Amino acid sequence: MARSKPGSGLPFEKPIAEALERLAKLRAKHEDGKLDLSEEIAAAELDAQRVTREVFDSLTAIDRVKLARHPDRPLVADYVKAMAEDVVELHGDRGCADDPAILTALCRIGTHRVMVIGHRKGADVKEKMVCRFGMPNPEGYRKAMLKMRLAERFGLPIICLVDTPGAYPGIGAEERGQAWAIAENIQNMTGLRVPVVVAVVGEGGSGGALGIGIGDRVLVMENAYYSVITPEGCAAILWKNADAESTAEAATQLKLTAEHLLRLGIVDEIVSEPLGGAHRDRAAAAGSLSAAICRALDELTRVPTDVLLEHRYQKFRSIGRHLMETTTASVPGV
Amino acid sequence: MAWPFRRKREMPEGLWKVCSGCDKYVYKQQIEEALNCCPECGEHFPLSGYPRIDVTADPDSFDEIASDVISKDVLGFVDGKGPYAKKLKKTRAKSRASDACVVGRARIDGVATILGALDFSFMGGSMGYAVGEKVAIALETALAEELPCVIFSASGGARMHEGALSLMQMAKTSAAVHRFKERGRWPFISVLTHPTTGGVTASFSALGDITLAEPKALIGFAGPRVIENTIRQELPEGFQRSEFLMEKGYIDRIVPRNEMRETLSKLFTLLLPIS
Repeated sequence: MARSKPGSGLPFEKPIAEALERLAKLRAKHEDGKLDLSEEIAAAELDAQRVTREVFDSLTAIDRVKLARHPDRPLVADYVKAMAEDVVELHGDRGCADDPAILTALCRIGTHRVMVIGHRKGADVKEKMVCRFGMPNPEGYRKAMLKMRLAERFGLPIICLVDTPGAYPGIGAEERGQAWAIAENIQNMTGLRVPVVVAVVGEGGSGGALGIGIGDRVLVMENAYYSVITPEGCAAILWKNADAESTAEAATQLKLTAEHLLRLGIVDEIVSEPLGGAHRDRAAAAGSLSAAICRALDELTRVPTDVLLEHRYQKFRSIGRHLMETTTASVPGV
Repeated sequence: MAWPFRRKREMPEGLWKVCSGCDKYVYKQQIEEALNCCPECGEHFPLSGYPRIDVTADPDSFDEIASDVISKDVLGFVDGKGPYAKKLKKTRAKSRASDACVVGRARIDGVATILGALDFSFMGGSMGYAVGEKVAIALETALAEELPCVIFSASGGARMHEGALSLMQMAKTSAAVHRFKERGRWPFISVLTHPTTGGVTASFSALGDITLAEPKALIGFAGPRVIENTIRQELPEGFQRSEFLMEKGYIDRIVPRNEMRETLSKLFTLLLPIS
């Protein structure tokens, strides 16, 4: 169940880890066969659930950000592996490079043949370095657009899985037009003549996320976040201090959690995660995401293309309008 | 006792200014006559929204639209210095403008156009709801009225105080550019001025049919400090300046301010449909 190794969890997960450890010990003893501990195990299971629920009921915004970055959290590549069949990964931007920070693959999800585009953070240290921790270079965005055009040509829906701290801020990235690459993607995605479903599965880091983030349906996983800037970046600028306290405050102020995003109309749907977060039960998390994607595709593939495009335009054209044009200064509950 | 050369430098307050480009004392009146550029070295000083319109549009031709579009503090955002709502109110009171962008109908060398300018003096020209909405309205109006659209950018990027809503302005404005290009035959001319970075560069500003830049403007996605902190080394001289970006292939032309109207006019005659 829990893939967490001892010590790899977050500080606020400690009570959960302890409850799970008690449960594991009881199970081990029970399996020794000397004692029947079924009753104790059932009680410990309930206890672990209770403790987890308690912890998750009182999560702060920065806790959610930490969950989105959890070292054990499933990554885009994990979701693709769990959700998709007949996966054929494709490489290269036909311009200058193949950016491993963007994964592009033809595959099947449920009954749908699709093109999956996603950020790749990297599974181990070596891969993380190569992928710059999921921060794409311009060629990554161009690779994504090239594969989206391919999908469009063959009438395949596009699934974008977002998990990035942001686009890579480097000399080479600027030299090769990071801003232009992202802008072109945003512009061209608004005109793709196939359904596009976006799911923020971890970090939705600013323009780096939006560069593959325009779709007919935007989903967000329960413990993912989507923000205009990282809490650290925001704290450094507006609090002149990126310490833990200012960063936590910035996270709160940015209203970046799934629930806030839904209320603000930034996302259309929250994809629920297993109790304790996606890393506690990866299969359940992938199942939940896959079901939400398939539901969206079942609906979107029936919509005539012109209607789809008009809806997509209006969706992004009108975001925030209902909030800005109301007379109350701020939205209750936001 | 005053030194003889000291006396020479006792200039009447307010008439002179030291140029940030060449360190020379220059007459403010001469700066103004040179469209807010240094008459000695040509350094381009910043222009806020309305002054930018003044030096670009034909006299008395500007008719503002969407002036009632404003941003609100919908998140109830409070930073280290206080509430965003208060900051907005204060900035509006200080500025002639209601937010960091002004758009309207104008003529440039007699040609009817939709003209817009971002205002760096208003919260760093940051793009929140109001800026995004005005840019989208500018493009939609240009499309509906069959006019070219010219937008001058000057911005630090998205307005953090509006959270993900400001991020979505990148989507909104880029979608508007897409529609403008797809449905019309009129050009969108994007003019990048000092500085244009972040979410503004990575959306409508980068999407001009023609992209112009003022000389030596800082233009990029990530700010220089962010890059320095990431790669932990100093950036090369001239990095992310207009000249650098033209060399890399991202800008069509660098146009000094005193040639801007003439250049736009020429582009109109070359690109607008012949009636």
